Amino acid sequence: MILAQFLVLAAALFAFGVYGLLVRRNLVLILLSVELMLAAVNINLVAFESYLVTSQAIGQVFAIFVITVAAAEVGIGLAIVLMIFRNRRSANVDDLSLMRW
Amino acid sequence: MTIADWISEPVNWVFSAIGLAVLFSGFRVVTSKNVVHAALYLVGALGGIAALFLVLSAEFVAWSLVLVYIGAVIVLFLFGIMITRAPTGLDVGLDSEHKAVPAVLAVLVFALMSWASIDAFGTGLITSTGTPTSTELIGESLLGRFVIPFEVVSFVLLGALIGGITLARRDLTPVEEEERAAV
Repeated sequence: MILAQFLVLAAALFAFGVYGLLVRRNLVLILLSVELMLAAVNINLVAFESYLVTSQAIGQVFAIFVITVAAAEVGIGLAIVLMIFRNRRSANVDDLSLMRW
Repeated sequence: MTIADWISEPVNWVFSAIGLAVLFSGFRVVTSKNVVHAALYLVGALGGIAALFLVLSAEFVAWSLVLVYIGAVIVLFLFGIMITRAPTGLDVGLDSEHKAVPAVLAVLVFALMSWASIDAFGTGLITSTGTPTSTELIGESLLGRFVIPFEVVSFVLLGALIGGITLARRDLTPVEEEERAAV
């Protein structure tokens, strides 16, 4: 196995995430795209750990940090989506134009 | 390393199979017209990524990914989809009409990142696979060198927990508060 094959796969997943983030109009689906991008970052961290083999498994430790922060982000993100939905009866970002200039 | 060498390694067949499954699932996550299907395709993508971690002999991270994402995060997403009553059938209004610019941007991001990775690492080999990274080592690292980030992350989780409860709870109306006080 070469390192670059994992990096290219992660880049493709990250690009899908970027596309979804820009194209999707539903807040829950936008959060799904963000999760895809975070997962792509995790592939990079673990692949680099296998490539460099640090004595303290630093790459895998940081992958665990990313997983934790992503879980916290989903919890808060969905709570915000829920509150927006309760106030505006919609989870569509095009309807959230209150603060648009 | 030539392409023939690369193909002759069985581990690369495994990588190709899992990688194609992950790419297909990831693509369907951002293109599916059905909200629930998009969430379930994310399960497929994350399951494939966990399998790739096993190929890279990172067992602890792989199973954490399965537990946290497939066990908890997807359930949260499905709850979010149900509560916001997002259209669960086919729906055309789910995506923006302007798809060309995001697609070009995504291709550019992919091209730039792949070019940078291949240019920097070329055919650098991963040789450490086969012996799993011991969980003991990760635990010692987490509570040794990285104990401060570890504590910070625990506070982030605590803050997210309290914030989630505060954001999602509904304030009682004055009538309800009187009823509550009367009991």
